[in-house]
Amino acid sequence: MIGADAIIKCLEEEGVKAVFGYPGVAICPFYNSILHSDIESILVRTEQNAGHAASGYARVTGEVGVCAVTSGPGATNLITGIATAFADSIPMVAITGQVNSSLLGSDVFQEADITGAVESFVKYSYLIKDVQDIPRVFKEAFYIANSGRKGPVLIDVPIDVQNAPLKHFKYPEEVNLRTYKPTVKGHAVQIKKVIKELENAKRPIICAGGGVLLSDAQEELRTFAEKYHIPVVSTMMGIGVMPSRHPMYFGMVGNNGKPYANRAMNESDMLIMVGARVADRAIAQPDLITENKLLVHIDVDPAEIGKNCGPHIPLVGDAKHIFEDILNQEFSCEHPEWIARLQEYRDSMAPKRNPDPKYVDPAKFIEILSEKMEDDAIYVADVGQNQIWSCGYVNVRKGRFLTTGGMGTMGYSIPAAMGAKRALGKDRQVVAVCGDGSFQMSMMEFATIRQHNIPIKVIVLKNTVLGMVREYQHYTYHDQYSVIDLSGSPDLEKLAMAYDIPFTRVFNMENVEQKIENFLKEDGTGLMECIIDPSDLVK
Amino acid sequence: MKRIYSVLVENRSGVLSKVAGLFSRRCFNIDSLAVGETEDPGVSCMTIVSSGDERMIEQIEKQLNKKLDVIKIKTFDEQAAISRELMLVKVKYNKNNRKEIMEICEAMKAEIVDMSQNMMMIQICAAPDRTAMLIKLLASISIVEIARTGTLALPRCQETE
Repeated sequence: MIGADAIIKCLEEEGVKAVFGYPGVAICPFYNSILHSDIESILVRTEQNAGHAASGYARVTGEVGVCAVTSGPGATNLITGIATAFADSIPMVAITGQVNSSLLGSDVFQEADITGAVESFVKYSYLIKDVQDIPRVFKEAFYIANSGRKGPVLIDVPIDVQNAPLKHFKYPEEVNLRTYKPTVKGHAVQIKKVIKELENAKRPIICAGGGVLLSDAQEELRTFAEKYHIPVVSTMMGIGVMPSRHPMYFGMVGNNGKPYANRAMNESDMLIMVGARVADRAIAQPDLITENKLLVHIDVDPAEIGKNCGPHIPLVGDAKHIFEDILNQEFSCEHPEWIARLQEYRDSMAPKRNPDPKYVDPAKFIEILSEKMEDDAIYVADVGQNQIWSCGYVNVRKGRFLTTGGMGTMGYSIPAAMGAKRALGKDRQVVAVCGDGSFQMSMMEFATIRQHNIPIKVIVLKNTVLGMVREYQHYTYHDQYSVIDLSGSPDLEKLAMAYDIPFTRVFNMENVEQKIENFLKEDGTGLMECIIDPSDLVK
Repeated sequence: MKRIYSVLVENRSGVLSKVAGLFSRRCFNIDSLAVGETEDPGVSCMTIVSSGDERMIEQIEKQLNKKLDVIKIKTFDEQAAISRELMLVKVKYNKNNRKEIMEICEAMKAEIVDMSQNMMMIQICAAPDRTAMLIKLLASISIVEIARTGTLALPRCQETE
């Protein structure tokens, strides 16, 4: 057995089913050993998308997503995928090949100091110099990636270490890291304080973030909200914590959120932030949030608590455990007037749009699309206006809504949808919705989708501009548009033909329900282009 | 507000750059930084003196704690610790000021550790405010170069059972 065989064995021990990546000389021993394994290797068309695909895989399974690329440019190309996973707290192990360890530091062909380069956006990184360390390092890496505040871990393996003989392989049963003991269970005293305040609160509200999904606490959150009659709003990463049409759910907060969601949060007298960072997109002025309300901040990462605003009750721990602990206590509360007030806001403050009937109205389209999708389908939104419309109008029921709310990386949706689809298999519907800008950042992955038979549905909202930037320039520079014109883009019908993918173009809302039904019904991959109004605004 | 962080870290390559990188990335200040092995060769101790408002001081500790190479952090303010800095100062002298320099050294409990016809090297090991005072006193004469360790500190001794 050589080091590369040991790496594959580690991945098998961890139950990895697919590795997304791109080979090169420095990772060739690994890609040779994987031939003798049942683990599928999926060849993406650029390394960044290996990271996003691993992210999609991780988000729908709760398991660690794995990607493997070569040294130098392969590794540096992957950085955006790693940084995106870090900002979104997605568990990932990135394996990079490295030049021969005796040549490290001498700037040889395809050498890059990747552990140095990714330092500020990984949870941890390893450069393996001794083949004996492989089992321990992989065991630790998978544990670190998928515990506490989840995130990416990078393992850099020089080619000579991959080729070095390893006599005895023993995968460690447990991890012993003296420097890493994440707090999972909430402190009993703090939980008691929360309950005491809940009993007194007149207008409590929960703001749920991506952390609730990462700890798989949707059930507990819903029970909590229903049992104690507490309304719920969410951040962008938290969309899907409650079904979109649940009577106790009041939408996404933030500068691109629903006005009634923001109003609900502002008028509350007790705000329970859970698994959310209180970042600028969700809370414009975090230092003011505690002025007229009691703030409880629940997060598994102690550093997030108090980073952007000082809570009255900090509570470190995993959302699922904390909800369970609170649900086990004897108390009750209800707030019928408060809920009635919020329901009235929801009815009266819904944003009114005035779409041009010559085009597809993206808001209405997304509403219909997500209603026509299967109940447990995965909806992946990209970045740009399409993301804001998706967040605003998607109807999530038992499925998931994936997007990169933390990093906001354009081109995320297609590779992430691909990773999710590969993880879930043929019975789960996966739909990626992007704009024509973000589409062109990852359209090369159609080849991967075709080659590895990963059928997803792709919808492109086409306006031939970079809509989100255009909107910013509309407001900030009074319609002086700069570098937003996307003319020169390919004819998507011809592109679909080149990849041998069925294509549908939708010009306006006429008969759109039927068109969506037909599009979703068809087997295999499909590409739908919706022509939308270039001057449309998300606000 | 000044704060001293005594940080025990795994003695591995790259740890110093990770800790220093954390400070620069998050816009935390480093007033001084001293690193050395502890009684356990697998563990190094970094003594970092930083300053900032209350929120920043709390964040520094929390963010350091997130680093997987950090074993333990003790933080304290200057009053709660004994802090020392070692400094070597090379000065140029002549027969008119030689006596004055030697008087300063005596008053400051500094030692002359090397000498030539017109240069001398002075060593002081003292609390950071005293090393700063020595620099001030010698500055009017002629300082040629200075090397200093940065602050080392440990919390004051307390009775234990």
